[in-house]
Amino acid sequence: MASSRDDFVIAIRSAFLKKSYQQKFSLLTLIFSSLIVIILGNFNFKAIQYVKIGINEVIYRSSHIASLPENYFKNLNIKIDEHLSLYDQYKKNEIELNKLKEKKLSNDFLILENKKLRELINETIQSEDVYAKVLVDKDSPYLKSIVLNKGSKDNVKIGMAIVDKSYLVGKIIEVNYSNSRALLLSDLNSKIPVLIEPIDIHAVLSGSGKNHGVIEYTKDEYKQKINGNKMIVYTSGYGDLFKPGLPVGKMNTNNINKDNKVIFFSDFRQLDYVKIVDYEIGSGN
Amino acid sequence: MSSLNKNTLINSLLFYLPLFLLFLSVLNEIDFNYLKIEYFSFNFVYILIFYWTLKSPRYLNYGSIFLAGIVNDVVVGTPMGFSSFCYLLICAVTAYLRNITITPNLINDWISFLFTILLVNSIQVISLEIIFSIEINYIRYLINSGFTFILYPVFLFLFNILEKKIAIQIND
Repeated sequence: MASSRDDFVIAIRSAFLKKSYQQKFSLLTLIFSSLIVIILGNFNFKAIQYVKIGINEVIYRSSHIASLPENYFKNLNIKIDEHLSLYDQYKKNEIELNKLKEKKLSNDFLILENKKLRELINETIQSEDVYAKVLVDKDSPYLKSIVLNKGSKDNVKIGMAIVDKSYLVGKIIEVNYSNSRALLLSDLNSKIPVLIEPIDIHAVLSGSGKNHGVIEYTKDEYKQKINGNKMIVYTSGYGDLFKPGLPVGKMNTNNINKDNKVIFFSDFRQLDYVKIVDYEIGSGN
Repeated sequence: MSSLNKNTLINSLLFYLPLFLLFLSVLNEIDFNYLKIEYFSFNFVYILIFYWTLKSPRYLNYGSIFLAGIVNDVVVGTPMGFSSFCYLLICAVTAYLRNITITPNLINDWISFLFTILLVNSIQVISLEIIFSIEINYIRYLINSGFTFILYPVFLFLFNILEKKIAIQIND
């Protein structure tokens, strides 16, 4: 009994302390070093922040270069898919185009009316756009985020909205000198105030960690109001986080009793270029 | 003379191949997400570190594994030093297994690997949730661990071939 315990202790000691096989450091030293890095990383000292930004700059760029071959295959896969479904897509687009032409006429009128009404209450929305390339796009089980090639030198700030075409994609959570990280709406830690239209109900859209969002914190009776209608989710503008009315996604109304799924308009797995937008909502009142 | 130089170059390249694969995988995070296979993901780095530190630790030193962890944290967005800690835990398990194992075999290695990934992933999930307040999708974590475990023999087979090639080339 005592000898088996001795063997265990010897094996553990040897594993942690012995520097064998051309190892320059013992395991214990490195484990302690990683713990020190974790602890230091949580302090907001300026020196540590600068070191972190420096490391991020180098690693993001290296990661972008290392991802080039995989990105090539990814694009090739998308192109092949697009070629295979070319005719079907053309037919769908033709029908959709006709519908959109009809809608555009009424939309033009609504835009003008909206502009006039905003002028009437002295409300203005100013936005600054910065176009950015997606450097790193990793679908990890930990965090759904993207790294962009614009940083503090381009006036990017924490909290700015990320938009793909006109659809909301996420917000900036970390800014380095020449790059930044944006948290996608699909991340479990993402929560944004939204408006469900046309039933006009406020809610919070949470990420699910998958490729869709989930409606939370809303009135219990909203499911009855839906009644198989097509539901579109827009940003509500609450908390001045984002401009009101940015399209986010549509609701799957067939399974509304099972889940509150929101399918995002933008495909987060195929983001190449995005717009970093800073909104300023001014009011004359 | 030139053939001697060529051999030395090939030997060096082969010697550093596991290290190159480690850094390539942490920088690139090969995830196949463009294939749009829902839930499919596995942790190649765990397999790589477990295999090479268990079988031939001279090709993958602990210092490089520590650095690879830092790189992975920056790419993935987890707190810096966190992946290094997890990777080094795998190294600790493999170092212990090396000390107590006289005749290694596939089944023992595979079960030890399952124990190791469950241990490391449990520590990861608990720390991320409790200490760093990062919400985690448990199902995805579990599926990731499952695929990592299932795919271990496939990579074991490939790495065995690679290791033999490296050994033959270096001993020539």
